[in-house]
Amino acid sequence: MSKKVIHAIFDDEEILLQSVKEIRSKKYDIEEVYSPFPVHGLDHALGLKETRMAITAFIYGCIGLSFGGLLIYYIMISGVGKSWPMNIGGKPNFTFYQNVPSFVPIMFECTVLFAGHLMSLTYFYRNKLYPGASTKSPDPRTTDDKFLMELIVEDSDKEITKILKSTGASEINEKNIEDE
Amino acid sequence: MHQESEIRDPLILGNKTYHDITREIALPVEGKANKYWWILFGLSVVLFLWGIGCMAYTIGTGIGVWGLNKTVNWAWDITNFVWWIGIGHAGTLISAVLLLFRQKWRMAINRSAEAMTIFGVVQAGLFPLIHMGRPWLAYWVFPIPNTYGSLWQNFNSPLLWDVFAISTYLTVSTVFWYIGLIPDFAMIRDRMSKTISPMKKQLYTLLAFGWSGRAKHWQRFEEVSLVLAGLATPLVFSVHSIVSMDFATSVIPGWHTTIFPPYFVLGALFSGFAMVETLLIIVRKVVHMEAYITIKHIEYMNIIILFTGSMVGTAYITELFMAWYSGVEFEQYAFLNRATGPYWWAYVSMMSCNVIIPQLYWIKKIRTSFIATFILSIFVNIGMWFERFVIIVTSLHRDFLPSAWSMFSPTFIDIGIFLGTIGFFFVLFLMYARTFPVVAQAELKTILKSSGSEYKKRSHE
Repeated sequence: MSKKVIHAIFDDEEILLQSVKEIRSKKYDIEEVYSPFPVHGLDHALGLKETRMAITAFIYGCIGLSFGGLLIYYIMISGVGKSWPMNIGGKPNFTFYQNVPSFVPIMFECTVLFAGHLMSLTYFYRNKLYPGASTKSPDPRTTDDKFLMELIVEDSDKEITKILKSTGASEINEKNIEDE
Repeated sequence: MHQESEIRDPLILGNKTYHDITREIALPVEGKANKYWWILFGLSVVLFLWGIGCMAYTIGTGIGVWGLNKTVNWAWDITNFVWWIGIGHAGTLISAVLLLFRQKWRMAINRSAEAMTIFGVVQAGLFPLIHMGRPWLAYWVFPIPNTYGSLWQNFNSPLLWDVFAISTYLTVSTVFWYIGLIPDFAMIRDRMSKTISPMKKQLYTLLAFGWSGRAKHWQRFEEVSLVLAGLATPLVFSVHSIVSMDFATSVIPGWHTTIFPPYFVLGALFSGFAMVETLLIIVRKVVHMEAYITIKHIEYMNIIILFTGSMVGTAYITELFMAWYSGVEFEQYAFLNRATGPYWWAYVSMMSCNVIIPQLYWIKKIRTSFIATFILSIFVNIGMWFERFVIIVTSLHRDFLPSAWSMFSPTFIDIGIFLGTIGFFFVLFLMYARTFPVVAQAELKTILKSSGSEYKKRSHE
């Protein structure tokens, strides 16, 4: 059986939000929503899972902290530090814990460096954003002032157009897609 | 929808639609530059080239071409470094700290403020680089495996902390800025399809990273922005604290004070907000952002300047009190000499520009005037440069041996490099104002209905 893609365009984020709730309550699956700015509550209305970006940042931060600590431990205390002992301000570099106050700034900076950059790279990777990638949005107006809802339904389905119209879609485009 | 109090002034003036915001923010990018832009750009390029000449002369001949001597062995270079780094701090405060505090007025100004941060930190970074004398060996400051035996960095040194702090600050700020820019570049890319040249469209396609505004992407975008703001907030405070420790961990009277980190951070925010105002008052006129960067935004920033200026004044007086209270002769002399010695004029400039003049902001008429704000912001910029000069030069020029006492006077190379960085900064900022969306339009659209003046009027009728 063949299917069709419906692109419903909305002019206002509140109307869109109402429509999303209405359509989801009628057991339709919404493929995607494209919007020019973040619409609050849309992720919950669409039933999207919570993002785990903050968790990745925490993990990367821990890696950065350990990296900074180990780097300093090797250079100042254990490895190079053994063959080149230093005594600065009457504080010899025998042990890590006695010198740690002056190591805090760099360990902190390493934490932020790793968390910030690796989380951003993860964000680019998960969103498939890279220099020169082409946009996936079906309509260029979605970065300006239009909100686009994408649905894939059975070709014979006439109900959905009615619901979209009644919930305030300003424009509905249908396209048949081949189904093997 | 989120409702906002009637008493709160609108942040977006006029009867705007989402499309108006798109159009007006894309306009400077799509249009041609006017005469004033070219005049300013030409002047900045001349200054920049002059600066490059002076830098080349310094590197070719040696640091001896500066006005430094055996007693005053640190002067304009570190003054300029701290001044530029300090200016950068306001951008991060606006984009990160105000995001955590959910201040909506940041949305119209965070893009330009963060641009100022990045360009300011670039200028700051030039000074230690040139001061190394052999800048091609600059990578020696990083702990990378080397073939020179046990040649490694000293992790006890605040100068090395600075290397880490400033590299982290510059790169994380740039990434934070860019992630916010992607949806706006996408907006420009999608408008370009109809009108502008294909090369420009290709450029913005490249810059937009293929952004399409999916719901999941926006969800991640918001979380990433929030986490980056959370990371940038302690980062920005750490950066200037570490800069202050370059001085505070030494044993020079006048530098060796525990008040330095908070005092430097507040001073940095103070000077940074002044620079944001100087720039934005020009930008809003030149690229017609009057509806988005309003007098209310300027007033909020003036209140921050008033607060941080008073705190800086308190720090100056605390320093004087602590010098007297310490009972240490050398400490007492350092501060007496600072205020009444041969550099009294620098101290007076600092005190009047940073402590007395910002007090005018208690007057509402002055606080809510573009012209008065512009003039006062210039005073603060100058005053904060003098603050660093006073701290650095007056503490050094009369050192432990009276026979070594001397004065510092800059050579034309010193002046040339400083002016060159101002030129470089404006070259970058002017190019940014023509090619980048200067207001974060995607974010701004989220507050149009709650803070737009027409929407506010309608919802309260």
